[in-house]
Amino acid sequence: MQPTFKQWLASGSPFIWLNAGAVALSMIMVVGLLALIAVEGLGHFWPGNLADFSYTESDGASGRLLGEINDEEVVARAILPENDSRLDAAGPVIKRYLVKTGNRDLTGSDFRWVLMPAMSAMEYPVDAIAIERREWGNFYGYLDGVKGTEGVSSDSGDLWGRFQAEIEYANATSLEIRRIEKDLIGAINYKIERLRLDERRLEIEGTNDPDILAAIREQEKELQRQYDGLTARLPDLYAGLNRSVFLMRTADGAQVEMPIGKIVRAYRPNDMGFLRKAAFYVRKLWEFVSDEPREANTEGGIFPAIFGTVLMVMIMAVIVTPFGVIAALYLREYAKQGLLTRLIRIAVNNLAGVPSIVYGVFGLGFFVYFIGGSIDQLFFPEALPNPTFGTPGLIWASLTLALLTVPVVIVATEEGLARVPREIREGSLALGATKAETLWRTVLPMTASAIMTGMILAIARAAGEVAPLMLVGVVKLAPSLPLDMNFPFLHLERKFMHLGFHIYDVGFQSPNVEAARPLVYATSLLLVIIIVILNLTAIQIRNRLREKYRAAEQN
Amino acid sequence: MSATDVATRESLLTNFQSPAALQYRRVRQVRDAATRYVMAVGGISVIVAIVLIAFYLIYVVLPLFYPARVDKVREFAPPGGTGAASLYYAVEEQREIGLRITADGRAVFFRARDGSELVTRNLTAETTAQVVSFGAGDPAQYTFALGMSDGTAVIAKHHYSTSFVDEVRRITPDVIFPIGGAPQWIDPAHRALEKIAAQFDGDQLTVVAVTSELRLLLVNLSMEKTLFGETPEIKRTDTEIPIPGPVTHLALDVDQRELYFTDHDGFIYYYDISRKEEPRLIQRVTAVPDGVDITSLEFLSGGISLLVGDSRGEIAQWFPVRDQENNYTLDKIRSFRSQSSAIAVIRPEYYRKGFLAIDDDGTLGLYHATAGRTVKLVKIEAEGGGPMAIAPRADGMLIESGQGTLEVWDVRNRHPEVSWQSLWGKVWYESRQQPEFIWQSSSASSDFEPKFSLTPLAFGTLKAALYALLFAVPLAIMGAIYTAYFMSAGMRNIVKPSVEIMAALPSVILGFLAGLWFAPFLEKHLPSIFLLIVLLPAVVLGASWTWSRLPLHLRQRMPEGTEATLLVPIMILTLLVAVALSQPVEVMFFDGSMPLWLTRELGITFDQRNSLVVGIAIGFAVIPTIFSISEDAIFGVPKHLTTGSLALGATPWQTMVRVVLLTASPGIFSAVMIGLGRAVGETMIVVMATGNTAVMDLSIFQGFRALSANIAVEMPESEVGSTHYRVLFLAGLVLFIATFVFNTVAEVVRQRLRVKYSTL
Repeated sequence: MQPTFKQWLASGSPFIWLNAGAVALSMIMVVGLLALIAVEGLGHFWPGNLADFSYTESDGASGRLLGEINDEEVVARAILPENDSRLDAAGPVIKRYLVKTGNRDLTGSDFRWVLMPAMSAMEYPVDAIAIERREWGNFYGYLDGVKGTEGVSSDSGDLWGRFQAEIEYANATSLEIRRIEKDLIGAINYKIERLRLDERRLEIEGTNDPDILAAIREQEKELQRQYDGLTARLPDLYAGLNRSVFLMRTADGAQVEMPIGKIVRAYRPNDMGFLRKAAFYVRKLWEFVSDEPREANTEGGIFPAIFGTVLMVMIMAVIVTPFGVIAALYLREYAKQGLLTRLIRIAVNNLAGVPSIVYGVFGLGFFVYFIGGSIDQLFFPEALPNPTFGTPGLIWASLTLALLTVPVVIVATEEGLARVPREIREGSLALGATKAETLWRTVLPMTASAIMTGMILAIARAAGEVAPLMLVGVVKLAPSLPLDMNFPFLHLERKFMHLGFHIYDVGFQSPNVEAARPLVYATSLLLVIIIVILNLTAIQIRNRLREKYRAAEQN
Repeated sequence: MSATDVATRESLLTNFQSPAALQYRRVRQVRDAATRYVMAVGGISVIVAIVLIAFYLIYVVLPLFYPARVDKVREFAPPGGTGAASLYYAVEEQREIGLRITADGRAVFFRARDGSELVTRNLTAETTAQVVSFGAGDPAQYTFALGMSDGTAVIAKHHYSTSFVDEVRRITPDVIFPIGGAPQWIDPAHRALEKIAAQFDGDQLTVVAVTSELRLLLVNLSMEKTLFGETPEIKRTDTEIPIPGPVTHLALDVDQRELYFTDHDGFIYYYDISRKEEPRLIQRVTAVPDGVDITSLEFLSGGISLLVGDSRGEIAQWFPVRDQENNYTLDKIRSFRSQSSAIAVIRPEYYRKGFLAIDDDGTLGLYHATAGRTVKLVKIEAEGGGPMAIAPRADGMLIESGQGTLEVWDVRNRHPEVSWQSLWGKVWYESRQQPEFIWQSSSASSDFEPKFSLTPLAFGTLKAALYALLFAVPLAIMGAIYTAYFMSAGMRNIVKPSVEIMAALPSVILGFLAGLWFAPFLEKHLPSIFLLIVLLPAVVLGASWTWSRLPLHLRQRMPEGTEATLLVPIMILTLLVAVALSQPVEVMFFDGSMPLWLTRELGITFDQRNSLVVGIAIGFAVIPTIFSISEDAIFGVPKHLTTGSLALGATPWQTMVRVVLLTASPGIFSAVMIGLGRAVGETMIVVMATGNTAVMDLSIFQGFRALSANIAVEMPESEVGSTHYRVLFLAGLVLFIATFVFNTVAEVVRQRLRVKYSTL
């Protein structure tokens, strides 16, 4: 039985199908978006093969290029310059490749578009080397020789092996230098600064006790001695970074000297099999989550951003959960139900919809300038005019986000409280328990998973929020983590790095966006994974909870 | 457990009146009461904290609208004696030291606190001639000139050096003569200089003077730094400008490029003197009607606008406006009619576009030019309008009253630049061709006129919300209809959480993808989006038609409510086809590139980060919100309504449209309101995916600057307590109120709906 067109139209099924199309499109968009982030983010760490090919420039000059082919596209002939002799034979559309040629210090950019008709003689040489450098991005070329203490040599047996050994040595040395400069000297500087503040405080208080001052001087001298001892070791270490220089050759034959201190790692992707590439991939992935950023955040890892995000969110959860739960308990269990509680509920619901940037504005004005400024006046006059708490920092970010997410916790907890059957409460009261005992011993345990859901949703919301943080404490590059070995260990007043802000900053404020883009995808992927896992957990807990109460209600 | 514990426990259980039991019960009661108080205090304080947000925003914004205050704090006899009249007063930045210049050529520095004399300098020590005229340069340059009876002029600067002795500030005043203490010859014919105006900027000095025989002379000294010489070479240019009659007021702008003067007939003469040897009359305009005299002429700070006070008490602002052909004409921009008798003195503020005026009745007016606002009118007893000074930070005044005393006034006028007109209306800013809506809060130059029009920002916000909702509302509501009513239960359990997870995606990621992936993609494949608008519905309808033609046994294999799964591969294919077709379409119809074609053929500006990109990105962010709430509303429609309708023979679609949608429409409305609230407040997507230029244009191919993005970008740099800071708070408050209204409407509608459902 096949309907006529009229019947088909009258049955309404075309409209139903259109609606189905809307759902399908939404699903395609969600999945497509996640897939896009995953593919772009995960692909970044895979070592791509290096192609070496001849290329004719627009002025007719010809040379060799070496690099990783990252992308390709087809463009219309019409949008390319008209008088280009290389394209004489080409049709209306032309394929072009985006090649990562590296060597930014030599050519001025990491990437270039090359037109396929102008490429020829492509090969994948086994000895092509990719070098990750501490500055100027990647280098692509060939290893020619070494300029060690014994002069230049080009065929000293296993040149590649020696190259790798020297890089390992340089990396160990760099690590040691970093440990001394950042951790040890950083700690001493921190202590010296504290002594200076102590002295200033005494001065403000007017208690110029010569004994105390002398003790401070003594400690200062001791710290200075330690400082001098540490810095004395540095010149040797720095010299080690330059103890051998390797000679590299780019694809077009230019010689480049490469001191080992400038190299992070070197590898020959064309020589690597799948397994070695996979191992390399895992190492890179680990470096990404565990290492510090390099080159204005566009290279290296994102550990400080992960750490900052997690710490901020934890502090926020510690603040928001008890307050949210108390507010919900008050609203549902203690306050007299009526117009007022209804208004409050509407207000709380609405605040969940107030733009986050408004919270940022409030946090900056109220927490940072008003409360923080007052704290500085009262407790840290010695550091003025440099603000201690009167400037954006970790604690203010956590508080602002706690305020932002408190409606989430209140709503979730209230929902949980509403689901606790009345008989359970009444049973407890009938047995002689006070209201507090009933709440504490029976109602709250039954609400625990609802509170948990609220907390997880709050964390998920806070972890992804960036706009208010831009005003109250996030920076692109924090000199030190907010948690370290210097008393009082947790530095609530410090600024911190954040995954979401990292995405914004690297993607939109960095000078070399093209090179940084894969890293941003990887960061986004990490953030999305964290948030999706948190949300799924919350949904799971909520579903289990509903099942449990459905069972309880039926019994 | 120890033995006593066991004993206590037993006595508790057996003897309710034992002291231990009583004690225990009391503890429990106290604990209960304590919990009650902790809960009440904690709960109320959280709620108060939430409410605090609104009040704090208002608390910061309110000072913008406080009226100005002026108070006379003290008065004393003019320092330096009343023997000679006062020509000029000035105050230094900290308001510690005042300066009075007298008609016998003395500069008297005095303590502003009590009028005690500090230093007196004789400005005319090197000449025997009398002072006949006085002209002050731009206030921020501290230069002034005295015109002498023998045709010479004394050029001087008052100068304050600050030093700290034991952390106590000490300000030492002095007079310096930038081109030497000897008077400069302005008129070689030795005629008295009856009017004088001068500007000096360190490299160049221009003096304009009217002599006793009605000659207008212009003298320019410019120091040309030679390549090797240590001492600069001074080049002097002398010019005479012909004048038709007596000159009443002279004004020379701070850049020494424009000269204005007025006559008894109410004309303003506008001269271009950028080439000193050839002054050029650009225009002669009638500034006041017949029978009215121009009584004062003064520059606003920055030297662009001219303030013209007349005998009726009106003050008009004029500035040169450039027309299409790059010709300047002097135009009357706005006028202030708050005072009712002749304006005697006008003094501009140093750094803002505000000014003070005193009229012959002794009324003092505080004005702000950009805001078009009469900030304050106050009656002072200074009939005759003695000389006066305004402090550099516009927080104080010195006024010489008619009774011969010098009065010190405090002025509290923090935010004169804010008015309803300047925030929301079109304002004619300096150097602009017509009144416009502009947001430009800061600039590198110091004589900058801040432009605080929130209109373009609010427009940007609404534009973003409009395009976002255009994209999101159809998709979300149609999706909700299908999911709630037609979709099989199993599939619904997957689809709904997936869409809700979409809501949790951080907007920074959406913004990043929109700005760095989608915007370039769209620029390359612009036709594909327009293809999709046509293709997607067509393909879906085609699929539906084809499906209905398929044999019944095939159709029955597919359970009801799973059409969407069938559509997914078809739609993905359509997407790919549209993207693949985009290139050929561009080559065929748009000369290879649609964006370039748009600009060339239609004159439409195409920004890579445009409203289309933002609309889709924000739409993506609000789809889950709208979807989830309207799905709940549709799903919540009582079952007996739908079954009744179906039983009466309506098709499912008829039931949907006539019964379900009708019943659920308030819920869908509130879903759209909440979606609107979210779209209005969205920040990161807007920051990242638009160019953030405050253009007012509905074009889908151009960007905009939204309120939220503006706050995020400018807040960290704004100075606490400044007008800019408070206006940004005001923007935040506007957002707060807007979203609060949307959400409250939505919430009230939703609660009503809930009641309705329960009674159906």
